[in-house]
Amino acid sequence: MSRVDTILHRVIGLPGRGLDRLLPMHLWFGPSGAVNRAGPTLEKLAARGDLRGRDVFDVIDIRQPRAIDSLPALLAVEGAALGLRLTGLPDLPLRGQVHGLAGGSGGLLNISLGLSFAEAVEARGLTLSDFSPCDQTVELLYLREAILATTAETRRLTDRLLAARHAAEARATSDALTGLANRRGLAARLDELLLRPDAEFALMHIDLDYFKQVNDELGHAAGDEVLVRVAQILKSEVRDTDLAARIGGDEFVLLLSGCDEPSILSRIARRVMDKLSRPMEVEGSICQVGGSIGTTRSSLYADPDPDQMLRDADEALYASKRQGRGRHTLFRPPGLDAARGLP
Amino acid sequence: MHGLVNKALQGFLVETYGRQVWDTVRRDAALPFEDFEAMLNYEPGLTRAVVAAAASRLGTTPASLLEDVGTWIVTDPARDRVRRLLRFGGADFRDFMMSVEQVPDRARMALPGFDVPRFTMERSGRSRFGLTIEWPGFDIAPLVVGALRAMADDYGALVLIEPDEDDARRIDVELLDNRHSEGRHFDLGGAAR
Repeated sequence: MSRVDTILHRVIGLPGRGLDRLLPMHLWFGPSGAVNRAGPTLEKLAARGDLRGRDVFDVIDIRQPRAIDSLPALLAVEGAALGLRLTGLPDLPLRGQVHGLAGGSGGLLNISLGLSFAEAVEARGLTLSDFSPCDQTVELLYLREAILATTAETRRLTDRLLAARHAAEARATSDALTGLANRRGLAARLDELLLRPDAEFALMHIDLDYFKQVNDELGHAAGDEVLVRVAQILKSEVRDTDLAARIGGDEFVLLLSGCDEPSILSRIARRVMDKLSRPMEVEGSICQVGGSIGTTRSSLYADPDPDQMLRDADEALYASKRQGRGRHTLFRPPGLDAARGLP
Repeated sequence: MHGLVNKALQGFLVETYGRQVWDTVRRDAALPFEDFEAMLNYEPGLTRAVVAAAASRLGTTPASLLEDVGTWIVTDPARDRVRRLLRFGGADFRDFMMSVEQVPDRARMALPGFDVPRFTMERSGRSRFGLTIEWPGFDIAPLVVGALRAMADDYGALVLIEPDEDDARRIDVELLDNRHSEGRHFDLGGAAR
């Protein structure tokens, strides 16, 4: 080894202030284990004033690779990754690395905040100038803050998209004029009901009588107003667990769940027809419509199919119309009696 | 162009002049939606149209409108996060200017895939800086003028910041007093608050 090599090998020749700037979290201790010098950021973190003269194990508590409490044991783990705490800040796990100095003159321990960076900076109010430009801690703080901001923004976007989706779904399954369910909304509810093997329900198909006259005589705006009033009547006649739908110009369907008794269904139908046939005042004119109804029940089918049930309710409705409007017909499957009109 | 810039432009117009002005501006600009989303990308043409429409409605020039937007982004209390992220650039305004070329890289670090302008810095002496900002499709230099003025105030520095007379992409900065006033407090560990 040449003389120059030997000098470089053994001596840095760094002034204390230089050491402070390069390694603001260093701890330099002498052969007895007393602290000769501590970096300014380390002193801020330790929060125990001037660390000079203190025993190194009074300042730090080394836990990895194992608990260490003597100088020879500390110098024996030279170069290894150390897990340690400051006795003045015992909650935050820090990282470090130690090297022995030439001629048994002590050692230099350098410390990093590791994953405790955010807590440490907050706990001790560290500033930009507490870190060396070579230390990425400031960049980590920056990234952490940027992630907080973008995550919040992304969450807001997701919330808005979800709300928009709910609104679009509601629009897709409801009738814009009356606010009742539309054909798609009815189909969705039927599919939902039929998932339950023991579902019992009735479909009541209602067609307005004399609606065309209102449209022709008073105009479409009045016709629309009548449809809105009809929707209000239907809504008031069903429970929250039922569904009222408008599936065509003046065609409505009531889906009555848990309801299978013909006499009850007939009573409901009669009440609906009664209310529909009351005169209403629309745009200054008195007009009167009415309703014809056909009903079918899920218990008539071994394997209820929504389309078949709607067709059968329609057939029963047609029977009501044929018999002179303002009537209710309960569907009877072929093989039993023919569809029978009830007044 | 990233939605953040557009969202800031909209935010400035809504909060300074009201939702009605924004509604008029977006109709003038034929914007095909009501609001910009911060986390989406948009054609630069949309941004140019909004800036032109807003400047015309408010009786000002696009450049002076963008300067106001830049100042607003940094000073609006609801957007303190932006000011904070910029303050990571240096302990004082001189440090900040020395690292201002890193702003695009920092922006990319925060938002991977963020289409960012290119910053080129020329220094003469300790106190004069020439910052050139290149961004195809949109002249964003006036917005940076506004933001730099606000940052100088934030640091408490006395600074002359002017758009270059010959080159629209260039900003001339002269630092007169790095510690002119106290400036606003910056707490490095204040992220969560």
